[in-house]
Amino acid sequence: MWKYLTRLFHRFASPPHVYQLAGTLSPWLMIPGFLLIVWGTWKGLFLAPEDYQQGDAFRIIYVHVPSAYLSQMAYMVMATAGAIGLIWRMKLAHAVAASAAPLGAAFTFLTLTTGAIWGKPMWGTWFEWADPRMMSALVLLFLYFGYMALRAAIDDVAKADKASAMLAIVGVVNVVIVRYSVEWWSSLHQGQTLLTDEGPRMSEGMLAPLLVNLLGFTLIFGGWLLRRVRTEVLFRERRAAWVRKMMAAEGAHA
Amino acid sequence: MKPRQQRMLAVGLTLAGLAVAAALAFRAVGDNMMFFVEISDVVAGNYPENRNFRIGGLVVNDSVKRELDSLEINFRVTDTRCELPVAYSGVLPDLFREGQGVVAHGRLGGDGIFKAEKIMAKHDEEYMAPEVAEQLAKHAADKMEAVASLSPEECRQS
Repeated sequence: MWKYLTRLFHRFASPPHVYQLAGTLSPWLMIPGFLLIVWGTWKGLFLAPEDYQQGDAFRIIYVHVPSAYLSQMAYMVMATAGAIGLIWRMKLAHAVAASAAPLGAAFTFLTLTTGAIWGKPMWGTWFEWADPRMMSALVLLFLYFGYMALRAAIDDVAKADKASAMLAIVGVVNVVIVRYSVEWWSSLHQGQTLLTDEGPRMSEGMLAPLLVNLLGFTLIFGGWLLRRVRTEVLFRERRAAWVRKMMAAEGAHA
Repeated sequence: MKPRQQRMLAVGLTLAGLAVAAALAFRAVGDNMMFFVEISDVVAGNYPENRNFRIGGLVVNDSVKRELDSLEINFRVTDTRCELPVAYSGVLPDLFREGQGVVAHGRLGGDGIFKAEKIMAKHDEEYMAPEVAEQLAKHAADKMEAVASLSPEECRQS
């Protein structure tokens, strides 16, 4: 039984198969994701009631919260894939980790930008250096940059995989800090709204579009990650027979 | 032990070591990570002298006084035990309200008034429509009042 499963796993994880599968799955995530974001954003911007304190300004939450969630989610994908790559010597896992980094950096950048745009009129400041939540989010962005720079600096792919996976695993500590910073310290940033013991502390009409956008952003991330994994696999396997064969077939058509 | 299990152990130990290191580091830093100083501590004299620091608390109800011909504003901040007068000149953030959380950056003057250079409003994690908030206002009446419970003398002695 176990042997059968490992064999299935190895076949499943073979680069040509992953290349094919990722290509087939990607649109099935991207298209529903895009439609959900359009629907959720429209509901959030036009149908949801204004907030009793912030008025219309609270609506930036429909981009800020999904981005913040994915900035941490992408990191966990990157670190977990890195750890799997290290432990089981699985090249494909390293390809997934490498593909997740720029996406995570983009979502972190979006989180910091939307937060600053909202923070200036509401809090009275763009960014506070001493604030634990804002500082740890900025460190998260620099961790992504560091990860990408480390990969780019090492020519040997196998060495780059190992070194960057270690960096990703070390950085997990910061993700925990980002998540709990508002509970452990007195931060300017408000505490958890969605994941509390008493359930979400938000009116239903405001909450529904946020949940739709959370799902939409996650699907887009998944589909986009698969597209990047495809490119990464193709590049890593550029000297393999199956890639050459495929390229030759493409060339014949052109 | 198989090489794979050794690698698994290495990754696991790295994570465990990091967690311990981080926990120790944060224990050591501890209170310095606080974004602001409590009002009771400031009134009792426990605050960094000759440099700027932050105070945090609630804006006391009916304490905000604005000048008609300038941006001067005076109000009191409380941690529900003690209170501290604050003076500020400038534009206030949208979420600045009586009974709401506020963080002020500045220094304490010799007259016991906190001269704020920057005012930041702290928001809570509640989001609701204005109509819902109105309905809830009945319950909010018996919620914590933004007033000091101790007298100024008691605060200075504590």
